[in-house]
Amino acid sequence: MELCSFLTLDSFITDPLTHDFMRKALLMSSLVAAVCGFLSSYLTLKGWALMGDAVSHSVMPGVVVAYALGLPFSLGAFIFGVGSVALIGFIKQKSRVKEDTVIGLVFTGFFALGIVLVSKIKSNIDLHSILFGSPLGISLSDVKQTIFISLLVVILLSVFRKDLMLYCFDPRHAKTVGINVFFLHYLLLTCLSLAAVVGLQSVGIILVVAMLITPGATAYLLTDKFDNMTLISVLSAIISSLIGIYVSFWFDLETGGSIVLAQTFIFLFAFLFAPRYGIFKLKKLFAG
Amino acid sequence: METINYQNYRIEAENICVDYNGKVALYDANLRLQPGQICGLVGMNGAGKTTFFNALTGFVNISKGKIRINGESVRSAQKDQTIAYVPQNEGIDSQFPISVWDVVMMGRYGSMNIFRCPRESDVQAVKHAIERVDLTDHLSTPIGNLSGGQRKRTFLARAIAQRASILLLDEPFSGVDIRTEKLISELFIQFKNEGKTILLSTHDMIHVREFCDLVLLINKTVVAYGETSEVFTPENITTTFGGISPDFLFGPES
Repeated sequence: MELCSFLTLDSFITDPLTHDFMRKALLMSSLVAAVCGFLSSYLTLKGWALMGDAVSHSVMPGVVVAYALGLPFSLGAFIFGVGSVALIGFIKQKSRVKEDTVIGLVFTGFFALGIVLVSKIKSNIDLHSILFGSPLGISLSDVKQTIFISLLVVILLSVFRKDLMLYCFDPRHAKTVGINVFFLHYLLLTCLSLAAVVGLQSVGIILVVAMLITPGATAYLLTDKFDNMTLISVLSAIISSLIGIYVSFWFDLETGGSIVLAQTFIFLFAFLFAPRYGIFKLKKLFAG
Repeated sequence: METINYQNYRIEAENICVDYNGKVALYDANLRLQPGQICGLVGMNGAGKTTFFNALTGFVNISKGKIRINGESVRSAQKDQTIAYVPQNEGIDSQFPISVWDVVMMGRYGSMNIFRCPRESDVQAVKHAIERVDLTDHLSTPIGNLSGGQRKRTFLARAIAQRASILLLDEPFSGVDIRTEKLISELFIQFKNEGKTILLSTHDMIHVREFCDLVLLINKTVVAYGETSEVFTPENITTTFGGISPDFLFGPES
């Protein structure tokens, strides 16, 4: 039945918009995608993909505890996100275990704690929506939190845009000319935790790291200018969200997975056909 | 009793120690440099050359000793943009999406407002610095598309744009072409005449003899320090390099 209705592209796009939950999902996911995409440029250049994975998994117990206590879930997630990073730093400094090992064991530990807590704390927490996201079922209070956090991250990243770029590129120079590198380090981590919090609503804890690295990686293949990289990253993240939600609506697929798959396909496209850095350099093909 | 007038020294490092989590990287190191002096920092890999630089720029904290830059603390030297650090080519991500212009502009960040909006004076300083290293044709070139020598010149331009009075250069001659080497040596003479103080690390013994008034030989601590002609002896070099004879280092012809 549904298949008949997208014989025209027009109805493919407009039909879902008649549903209130779809309009909300499209708007919120675009906002979240924009925030994660913005941050993504910094994370991919800084080489913090694993850190992004760690923080996003570590917020799990925070979300559960916050729900159980009736607090904003973003608060719990933020505390555990930053806490995991502090713990990683502490263990790395005080032991001979290598950093990637420490990251792996800390975030899986936090994640496991979250899962155990869900099974123990009797509440109406939907494990599935935490793990896989539920952009279609987002509540009004979640909408408010998401908008607030997104704006906060965008403002922070915009104000410190150039300093963060310098921090990623050459922290030693930043320090030498009196720029507070310590502050920038924790600013980026704070933004990472906050972005993971909003991102998990769209695609869930397990896949949120994709929101934080794939758009940046795609953009990195397409440009040599930092500002363009940020722009492309944000745009590709938003487009992926829209595609993912539409596709999941029409074909009844898991929404979070669809969004991330759309990002992956866009990355693969860039990987194959990026003008300068693709496998088949489009520019050369056109030039003959 | 001689009283030291700190103002006479650009760099004054007294008995400095640096350790990383209890592992000693540098101990009891001393250095005094005046305006217009060029000093070579020579030692093996892991001898503490980079650590010495890091201590002077405040990138690592010293656990003992004292550092004065123009008679002031490292912190105020950072605020005043006194020290410029020119990294090794290997020390930077050459694939970072950034142009020559943007890298050189970073030399001005420390004296800009919080949004790092360039003023006309910053734009002029950057233009002028890029001219001095002969990269005017590459203003908007991404650093990934530059040769090793051009990249080195980009970071030198950043130091020039910063208007620092002290330049720390990590292996300035490694991986550069003849043209860049010539340009760098010309710049050194200009810097010297401008009264800038230069501390450079190098593996190349010939460059030390050619450019450096002073030489600091280190192996976790200072092995020898003084006028190049007096201190840069085969014996000292052998000690610095842990018993390897200079014949081996210079090749049999020297």
